[in-house]
Amino acid sequence: MVKESFTLRGVEFKNRVLVASGTFGYGNEVKELVDVNLLGGICTKSLSWKPRDGNPPRRIVETPSGMLNSIGLANVGVEYFIREKLPYLRTVETVIIANIAASSLQEYGDVLSLLEKQEGIDGYEINVSCPNVKEGGLSFGTDCAKTKEITASLRRRTEKPLIIKLTPNVTHISEFARAVQEAGADAISVINTVVGMAVDIHKKKPKLSTVTGGLSGPAIKPIALAKVYEAAQVVSIPIIGIGGIMTAEDALEFLLVGATAVQVGTANFIDPSTGVKVAEGMRSYAERYGVSDLGQLVGAMESNKEFSVLQSWL
Amino acid sequence: MPLQQVAPVLSNIQIAEGIFLLTLESKEIAQLARPGQFVNIRSTDGSLPFLRRPFSISHVHEDSIDLMFNIVGQGTRMMASRRVGDTLDVLGPLGKPFGYEAHFETAILVGGGLGVAPFPLLTRYLKKHSKKITTFLGARTSRHIVSTNLENIQIATDDGSSGFHGTVVSSLESYWGSHALPGPKIFGCGPTPMLRALSETAQKLHIACELSLEGDMACGVGLCQGCPVETTKGERKYALVCIEGPTFNCNDIILR
Repeated sequence: MVKESFTLRGVEFKNRVLVASGTFGYGNEVKELVDVNLLGGICTKSLSWKPRDGNPPRRIVETPSGMLNSIGLANVGVEYFIREKLPYLRTVETVIIANIAASSLQEYGDVLSLLEKQEGIDGYEINVSCPNVKEGGLSFGTDCAKTKEITASLRRRTEKPLIIKLTPNVTHISEFARAVQEAGADAISVINTVVGMAVDIHKKKPKLSTVTGGLSGPAIKPIALAKVYEAAQVVSIPIIGIGGIMTAEDALEFLLVGATAVQVGTANFIDPSTGVKVAEGMRSYAERYGVSDLGQLVGAMESNKEFSVLQSWL
Repeated sequence: MPLQQVAPVLSNIQIAEGIFLLTLESKEIAQLARPGQFVNIRSTDGSLPFLRRPFSISHVHEDSIDLMFNIVGQGTRMMASRRVGDTLDVLGPLGKPFGYEAHFETAILVGGGLGVAPFPLLTRYLKKHSKKITTFLGARTSRHIVSTNLENIQIATDDGSSGFHGTVVSSLESYWGSHALPGPKIFGCGPTPMLRALSETAQKLHIACELSLEGDMACGVGLCQGCPVETTKGERKYALVCIEGPTFNCNDIILR
C-alpha cells in the first residue's frame, strides 16, 4: 500500500494530482466522463467579484505540442458560483480549491472573504499570473512587491490553505517564491502559462484576438520543470508543479525536482480523466520501485549542484 | 451524456474531390446521436497534432457513425490515412441537436461545402417527423458535391459546372421567388460568411432559421471556454459553441 496523500495546513489531499484552474470548469461539466472523487483536488475556474465575459474570439490556437489561449478569465462571478456551482462541489469527495483572480487588492480580498463564509471551500489558489487581462493578472504577478502585498493581505483573511500561482514570465521566479513564502503563503503553484503568440501569415494578423496569449501543454513542460527546480532551491513551503503534464512519468519528473504535488491542466481538454490516470500511474511507479510514500520522491533527484548554472543566480 | 471510446475504423473512403467519409464503429454513440451533434476526435496518440478535432455526425447506422471531412491540415491528413481496423479516440455525442421537431412544415436545408455533413442524419429525423424537405447545396464545382441520403436537392456551384451558377444562398433566394415552401424553417451549415448571408436572407424573408456553427474548440465539453460566439440573448456577451450550440437560432447570435 503506497501512501499517496499529503497535507497542507491541516487539509489532507488523498493523492498528489489536482486539476488546474481553467481546465476543469467547476467540476460538474465532465462528471459523466470521469470519477472526480479519485482526484487529489479540484482548482476551480478563476473567480472574480463580478461575472466576466472573457476575451473576444479567437481565444485558442493549437501550437506544436501545446496550445495558446486567451480566454480572459471568463467566469460566472463569485455569487453565481456560490449559488449554482458550489452545491455540486460540496458533494464531491475531494479537496476543493477556489481559484481567485481579480483586478485590485480590494477585489481579491472581497472574493476571498465572501468564500470564507461558505461551506465546501477547502483552500484558495490566488491567480496573480493570468497573461490575458489588462488589469490585474501579469501586472501583479510580475511585480514582486505587489505579489507579496496581495499574499500578506489575503493571509490575514483566512486560516485555510493559501496557494499563490506564479508566472514564469519573470527573470527569477525564485524571488517571487521567496517573497510569497515570507508573506505567509502555504504553497506555490508553478507555473501559469508562458506568454506566446502565433501569426496568420495569409491575413498578416495575430491569430489570437489579444495578440499574445498563454502557452500551455507539453511544449512548456521543460520550462515548468526548471522553474519548479529553481523555486525549490529557495523555499521550504510545498510547490505544486504545473506545466504540460500528460502522463504519470511527467508528474514524477515534477516530484523529483521538488514538487510536492502536481496539477494536470491542458491535458484535461483532450482527456478529462488524465488526472485520475496520472494518479494511478504514480501509484504503479511507487509499487515498482518499492516507494512506500510518494512524499519520499519530492526533491529526490540526484544532481551535482556544482555544475548547476542555476545556482549562480540564486 | 457523452462517451469517450476507442472506435475502430470500419471504412474510410473518398466520396468527392478532397472529401472523405469515415465510418467508425460505436453502437453507443450511434444510438445516442441526434442530428446536429458532433464528436471530438483525437487523430493521434501523441501530441502532434495536440488537440481533438470536432466533426459533425453525418449519419448513423445500427452500430456505427459516419463523419465527413476534408483535408485541411495535419490532423485531417492523419485521419484520411486511417485504414480499416485502425482506431480513433472519440468523444461524443456532444452539443445541442437541431430543432427538428419544432412547429414547421417544410425544412429548408442549406449547406455550403462541407456544411452538408450533418444533413443525412437530419434528413432521416425530418422524414420520421413527416416534414417536407428541400435541400440546397453549394460547392466550388460539380466534383465537390456530396448528395447522398438527401431529399429534393438544388445544387449551386461557384463555377456553374452544375446547377445554379453562384452561391448557395443566392440559389435559395432565387428558388424562393418562384416556388412555394409552406411553413418553412431553414437549417444552415457551412463557412461563417455563408451563414452570415443565410442569416440575413432568413431575416429578410421572415423564415425561422437555425445555424450550425464551427468554433475553434479544444475540449468540446465546456471546460476550455475557447469557442465563444456573441449572443443577443440575456446578460451574457458570449455563448459557447460546444455546449450551448453548435446549433443556434440565427436571431440569438451575431456572426462576425
